[in-house]
Amino acid sequence: MTDVIDPPIELASDGHDEHHDVHHGPTGILKWMTTTDHKIIGLSYTVTSVIMLVIGGLFAEIIRAQLATPNGHLVSLAQYNELFTMHGSVMIYLFAGPFAFGGLANVIVPIQIGAPDMAFPRLNALSYWLYLTGAITMLLGFFTSGGAANFGWVAYAPLSNSLNTPGAGADLWIGGLLLTGFSAIFTGVNLTATIFYLRAPGMTMFRMPIFTWNMLVTAILILLAFPVLTAGLIMLYCDRHFGTHIFSTAGGGVPVLWQHIFWFWGHPEVYILALPFFGMATEIIAVFSKKPVFGYKSMVFATLSIGALSLGVWAHHMFTTGVVLLPFFSIMSLLIAVPTGIKIFNWIGTMWRGELWFSTAMLMALGFLFTFLIGGLTGVYLASPPLDFFTHDTYFVVAHFHSIVMALVLAGMGGLYYWGPKITGYMLNEKLGKAQFWLLFIGTQVFTLPQYILGLDGMPRRVALYIHNPQWKMLNDWSTFGAVLVGISTIIFVINVGYSWKKYPAGDNPWDAQTLEWFTTSPPPHHNFYRLPQIRSERPTWDYNHPEHKSLAHGAGTGVLHEPPLAATVVAVLEHGQEEDGPIAGATE
Amino acid sequence: MPSFGAQKGATSESSSVFHLWQGFSIGAVVIGGFVVILFCYAILRFRRKGDNIPRQAQYHLPAEVAYTVIPILVVFGLFAATLVVENKEVANPKTDVTVNVNAFQWGWKFTYPGTHTSVVGQTTQTPTMVIPVNTNVHINLTSTDVIHGFYVKEFNFSRYALPGVLNQFTIEAVKTGTFFGQCTQLCGLYHSLMYFNVKVVTMPEYTAWLAKTSNAAASSAASTATNQQTNTGVPTKPAKSQGGN
Repeated sequence: MTDVIDPPIELASDGHDEHHDVHHGPTGILKWMTTTDHKIIGLSYTVTSVIMLVIGGLFAEIIRAQLATPNGHLVSLAQYNELFTMHGSVMIYLFAGPFAFGGLANVIVPIQIGAPDMAFPRLNALSYWLYLTGAITMLLGFFTSGGAANFGWVAYAPLSNSLNTPGAGADLWIGGLLLTGFSAIFTGVNLTATIFYLRAPGMTMFRMPIFTWNMLVTAILILLAFPVLTAGLIMLYCDRHFGTHIFSTAGGGVPVLWQHIFWFWGHPEVYILALPFFGMATEIIAVFSKKPVFGYKSMVFATLSIGALSLGVWAHHMFTTGVVLLPFFSIMSLLIAVPTGIKIFNWIGTMWRGELWFSTAMLMALGFLFTFLIGGLTGVYLASPPLDFFTHDTYFVVAHFHSIVMALVLAGMGGLYYWGPKITGYMLNEKLGKAQFWLLFIGTQVFTLPQYILGLDGMPRRVALYIHNPQWKMLNDWSTFGAVLVGISTIIFVINVGYSWKKYPAGDNPWDAQTLEWFTTSPPPHHNFYRLPQIRSERPTWDYNHPEHKSLAHGAGTGVLHEPPLAATVVAVLEHGQEEDGPIAGATE
Repeated sequence: MPSFGAQKGATSESSSVFHLWQGFSIGAVVIGGFVVILFCYAILRFRRKGDNIPRQAQYHLPAEVAYTVIPILVVFGLFAATLVVENKEVANPKTDVTVNVNAFQWGWKFTYPGTHTSVVGQTTQTPTMVIPVNTNVHINLTSTDVIHGFYVKEFNFSRYALPGVLNQFTIEAVKTGTFFGQCTQLCGLYHSLMYFNVKVVTMPEYTAWLAKTSNAAASSAASTATNQQTNTGVPTKPAKSQGGN
């Protein structure tokens, strides 16, 4: 081949950066509090959300300890209700979402598309402070006389009204959720605007990395879903304090309306949580297979269809209410299995005939894939109303969504090991990382798989005691043991961060990665780039480092040239004319 | 055929659900097994051997079409099977026996329309609902206060008891025996203790039981103005049962 390495485009960085030189600005805590740099805000988000993960995990360990015996006395019934409510709330509202779209996406997306910052840096800072304030507000419930919120993370009316749940803990829960909800909405606005308007020259939509694509769809889902939750929370607050009866039968209200509102947010929320982590796993699997993302376009199509379908499936959480149209929500929910399946096959296709490098990040991503497969398959059962009647509100459902969210935790940990060096400039220790992975992966299976069996044997969720069914003890003990393994893995992670602190300098591109963020320094300069490579595909860094190893379309290089050529190349030609090196259809090795 | 962890249950509906469960499970095992085999093969076969850069293949149209179209077909197959069982479960055939089930914080009340029989019990008192075997029993499910979940494992079935909504369904028990039931939807402090039993008896036993309890309740009502039959005393219902101000 006669490939030529395109010279990178030098950006007028020196003069531009002078105004923002960190040495002239505030330092230390003042810098942290006044910064509008997406990298620092993103790092703050990441650290805060990992602290939330630890707090939510502590609640989980107490819950599991209580369930280790049929008639446990570790906590009271009231405390138990508070614990699982706050466990779910912290993990979903304060960890999983903020970790992904406030943390990693905030840092990575602008760099992946060659932007100097988010579109609205001050709004970005506001998002973080709203999130932190909301998180503290919600947790303050524990310090009120009535304790924290105790109606489950779904706050079903009329249990959540002021008669059934009086007390300030519930109000703080609503207030905290409103604040973090606004934080999510603002981040959604910011990500959408950034991705649409701040892409570097040459970074067309179909050259965006899958992680960025997934974050775009996530951000749009946030904009569609979160305002509904905000409205619902305000209605709930009015019911509690201003004498309205929107969700209580006494004044002609409809309790089920709350479930509609909540799940109209809540089901897109499932994918708001999941899509970023799908994106992380996609990037990691491609890099550590030394291959492009297999089926890039079908991956994008799958993400878009998951986003679209997710808006029409909310009532599958309400099959047993008896007041929803079962077949519609059933088929819509079942159909989500199709794009999800496409993603799984694409991940395997990416690994196929690659050179797999089992770094910690890759192990985490593979652990994600396996765990997500279990959670995905059991999710298909729940899309069928008769099988949902059978398993609804039992531990089968608990096991199902914990398979999913633990898969996300695995992917998120992979994301930290993969992008951590880019953010901080230093690598994490791989030996500790692998120990963490095995404990986390095995612990996840040991804690979720017994719960499937418990659910089929009829153990309801959210019970503190099972005195009539002492035979459930053994499986519960396995589950508790698995939860302990997961807890130890988290401790190892924290130890790893301390142990590896500024120990292993990363360099710009330690993984021979492919996307644009690996072209700049680690950590990136204030406005991210001093120079940019030519962007001709979704992996400009790879193209720059390996000009002779471009992505190949189906059949390319095997003598069969009738298939469409590489998608990115087509787009490039459409936009820039014939500027690529060599004839497109004949691109061979 | 393996049970895949589920049970046939004690009603005709639960056995349909069980067969649907088996069908879904076979699909899950076949598809999941296929994916796991591919996954394990990829991990074992394609581990890194050197610094070679593999062929940068990105698309394979036939494969992509296959793993889009085949799952769609599978999904519609699963949906068709779902519809059959679902229609059976939500059908409300004409029935001779009706039981009104009322859930409240934190117990159950079973009344039998047309009789004086009423069974109430809360938390650990575990009230028992008696129904005849091989008969379609119509259940009217309501809630006094918050949302509860009516769930009996052997029925492979659960349904919410919603305030302000009458939820109706029909069950046909095919086995006699006593089955444990429990509230599955979080309903407040004593949610963990909201138990009940369902006792399935033969039709003659059921008729005798109903006559006996109804008469006892009627005479007891005449003498002491209380119509509670089993379980000592009227439950001390919390005063906050209705959500009004």
